[in-house]
Amino acid sequence: MSNRIVVPFGPQHPVLPEPIHLDLVLEDERVVEAIPTIGYVHRGLEKLVEKRDFKNYVLIAERICGICSFTHSVTYCNAIEHIMDIEVPPRAQFIRTIWMEYSRMHSHLLWLGLAADAMGFENLFMNAWRLREEILDDMEATTGGRVIQGTCKVGGIRRDIGDDKLGEMVDHLKKIRPLLEESNRIFTHDQTVRHRMRGLSVLSEKDAWDLGAVGPTARGSGCDMDVRSSGYSAYGELGFKPVTFSHGDCLDRCLVRSEEVLASVDLVGRAVAKMPDGPIEEKVTGNPEGEYFAFSEQPRGECLHYVRANGKKNIVRHRVRTPTFTNVPPLVKLLEGIELADVPVVVLTIDPCIGCCDR
Amino acid sequence: MAKRALVNVTGKPATLMYPTTPAKQYDVSRGHIIIAIEDCIYCGNCQRHCVAQAITVDREARTWEIDRMRCVICGVCAEVCPKDCIFIEPDYPPSTVGSSVEFVQGPPAPPKEEKKPTAEE
Repeated sequence: MSNRIVVPFGPQHPVLPEPIHLDLVLEDERVVEAIPTIGYVHRGLEKLVEKRDFKNYVLIAERICGICSFTHSVTYCNAIEHIMDIEVPPRAQFIRTIWMEYSRMHSHLLWLGLAADAMGFENLFMNAWRLREEILDDMEATTGGRVIQGTCKVGGIRRDIGDDKLGEMVDHLKKIRPLLEESNRIFTHDQTVRHRMRGLSVLSEKDAWDLGAVGPTARGSGCDMDVRSSGYSAYGELGFKPVTFSHGDCLDRCLVRSEEVLASVDLVGRAVAKMPDGPIEEKVTGNPEGEYFAFSEQPRGECLHYVRANGKKNIVRHRVRTPTFTNVPPLVKLLEGIELADVPVVVLTIDPCIGCCDR
Repeated sequence: MAKRALVNVTGKPATLMYPTTPAKQYDVSRGHIIIAIEDCIYCGNCQRHCVAQAITVDREARTWEIDRMRCVICGVCAEVCPKDCIFIEPDYPPSTVGSSVEFVQGPPAPPKEEKKPTAEE
């Protein structure tokens, strides 16, 4: 019988942008068990729904996460709009889709940078974040905010994008697409990346399903699950196909994200090409009564917003199940049997967003 | 990667030399909230809709105050203002020490009492 020791990992750790704590039970240098603790950044945002007007709460729903912020607000609005039977104008749906894809691009580029940083590839880290800045510039020019857009409202959107600006955005994306492809080539072919990630912490397709993995974590294991396939917002009209990889190791989880950036560029191009004219918001009168589960695909995976309302201006219950929360059980499985030195890279490959997870 | 390295060595820096080069700014950027207090009717709509509870309006004292540290610059106050006298400025407020509450005193109320008796009569 060998001696087991417990090494605490986090909540403060150079590789972690946000606080999650893992007790790593080690046998020699090998992890035999990982015990996660979450709740370090719990803010009680779901409870706040009882105190705020349901229309203004969109802005709080958006602040659940600083990266997938826009998708949170759209999902909450979808739930309210279904309860109140509001038909959102098509132009609003398309522009929401464009901003959601921009969020995805900047989130994935942020992650690709962090992943490169975690394995000590500083140059690639800077490269990814430089590309992310280009995306954020377009976000700020159209919404007024770099990461918190605040442009979604119940019944539509607050701000329109002019056709000239849409054209400029597509041209800009066309210009940076070769740079994104070059960055992807590094992730696919570079020896450092392959050596560090190929074959590390394999999550089989069955385990991914059983443990409830979502998003790129599941798609890297070959699960063809992407809520965008259900066609919410304008995705149904854009011919969306999920990106999947089959090995289930760290490199595939990474490649799913790098490929999705390019897929998002294409989606934005198609959305702009099909952009309908018309109003951008539907007038909302009255208060919601009823309940609804709204799903959406965030950069990190499937997100669920449950809203129950009783006909008053304050909502009774709002529950958010975020992708990171469901990705914690797969993470625990992934950590079993790997070397201690690989733990930072593996933890990062589920793209932990603890702000989302703790809410 | 070799090509990228060459571009990096020979090209300009990707970052802005901030204090000498001004930061990027867009017309729609949400920097900070200002009020044209002369037009304000002290209805308190902005206070009721503020999700961060950063705005306090006092109708009696004719004051409008905003806590810059609480404000999340969502722009709802500007949207709900019936007189359109709240604006979002694109530049970010400079860093400060001390109290973050900004206090705006409105002009004294125009004399309205004189009109009322004539209307009643």
